[in-house]
Amino acid sequence: MTARGANARFYISLGLLGGVYVVLIVAMIGADLLFATPESLWEALKSPEIQYAIKLSLVSCLVTAVLSLWVAVPLGYLFSRTRFWGRPIIETIVDIPIVLPPLVIGLSLLILFQRPLGKWIEATTARQMGFLLTYVAIPMVAAVVFWPVLRRVARSHAFLYLPAVAVLVVVILRFSGLGGNLESSLQSRFGTRITFQIPSVIIAQFAVSCAFAVRTMRVTFDQISPRAENVALTLGCTRSQAFWNVALPESWRGLVSAGTIAWARALGEFGPILVFAGATRMRTEVLSTTVFLELSVGRLEAAIAVSLLMVIVAVVVLLLMRTFGLRGGPA
Amino acid sequence: MIQIENLSIEQGAFRLGEVSFAVPTGKYAVLMGPTGCGKTSLLEAIAGLRPVAGGRVRLGGREVTDLTPGDRGIGYVPQDAALFRTMTVYNHLAFALNLRGAARAAVRQRVTELADWLMITHLLYRRPVGLSGGEAQRVALGRALSFRPAYLLLDEPLSSLDEDTRGLLVELLNGLRKSAEVTVLHVTHNSAEADRLADVRFRMTDGQVVEG
Repeated sequence: MTARGANARFYISLGLLGGVYVVLIVAMIGADLLFATPESLWEALKSPEIQYAIKLSLVSCLVTAVLSLWVAVPLGYLFSRTRFWGRPIIETIVDIPIVLPPLVIGLSLLILFQRPLGKWIEATTARQMGFLLTYVAIPMVAAVVFWPVLRRVARSHAFLYLPAVAVLVVVILRFSGLGGNLESSLQSRFGTRITFQIPSVIIAQFAVSCAFAVRTMRVTFDQISPRAENVALTLGCTRSQAFWNVALPESWRGLVSAGTIAWARALGEFGPILVFAGATRMRTEVLSTTVFLELSVGRLEAAIAVSLLMVIVAVVVLLLMRTFGLRGGPA
Repeated sequence: MIQIENLSIEQGAFRLGEVSFAVPTGKYAVLMGPTGCGKTSLLEAIAGLRPVAGGRVRLGGREVTDLTPGDRGIGYVPQDAALFRTMTVYNHLAFALNLRGAARAAVRQRVTELADWLMITHLLYRRPVGLSGGEAQRVALGRALSFRPAYLLLDEPLSSLDEDTRGLLVELLNGLRKSAEVTVLHVTHNSAEADRLADVRFRMTDGQVVEG
């Protein structure tokens, strides 16, 4: 047999073995497509409950993705660049949500919020949400938004200006009278308990998604050589400046990847949401819950239509990830 | 003067015993030794990038053993150039000066001066992706010299270059040597490089550094 023939047989047998899985996925989606009609899809999209679920899914997944990155970047960097006592234990803890059954995560969250600490947090968010958003969240967001400007204006130690901006915003809000109005309006709009309310949807999504984002960021920083940061240190950077100026910009592909993975995981989350947030229509219903609710009342067409919507979103997210995250080497 | 006194490094299984040597001010020293003998570790320890188990590093009489890399005032060119992948060549050359809060005009002047000398003016607005090995090494050299350090550490800067490119870089380093403005410690395992550049030669054998 010629070398070419032998190679072809080898690759064909690999293709046949692996192809079984590809065929299974395509067949599943194909079955959904054959079952659904454009009318049923349109009918489902017109339903106010499903429109609410789409909106809540998009917003909660975005918030989850941002929160996950907020945690995943520092944690991934620490795991990748430092050696400290107990690191393997902490890494294992962070991986727990990946291997734990989703229902168990939901149950654990539910129990946590029945304990004194959880009850205190619930009472605080119910009564002080306006205050927290006005004097903690808004100043923090303002500091981050002004970051690119700060970096240009303050040529060195720009990061020191971050808390300064936050404090300035607090002072302006407090003494201009704006803060009071904002606080009461935010309180009446967002003041809520957590369990079985919208925040529980985000917490349930975050509990799982963040673990995937941390893994991605850790691998990202592992693949970026620390040598460039070391050179930055010799040029006069502090560790923190080397991180902001060199490591973080080089990790942008990983950031996009981690954010997308967190977002996609959050979209597919069901078990923890069902247990911790419930499946109340027009309140804690997200797309995965919709599929479950429609299925449980026997409306298969609507369930399939929402499933197809999720398939489309998943394909778009995967394409985005391939474009930015997984192509063209590390970072 | 770069003075190394009884410096020892321990990192996992790797151990470098008490090393002592001195490079006189303004001289170009070449440190030779076989691959894996600890030359890079020694340079990193001098630059402050690797903790030392014992001994002292003095620069111009000032002890810097416990100082951060940035406070030592050393220019460092690693073997793989380690350029910042998201920055333009211009920003590489301006980086250290911007950190020091230098005026914009002064930064521009220094970048132009370095780019002329290194013959990389046509590359100023390019990013490192796609630069040849020789171009990357010249950018790394410019970045290390941008803030006019009194000391320069070079870790096998010519090892991955072809013959022509190497010739050009040797010329540049020779110019640096003749100017005697910087005290240089150049690590290599290539004796031809040492012949062309060295004012002072050191050899690393059995964990010890000896002159000659």
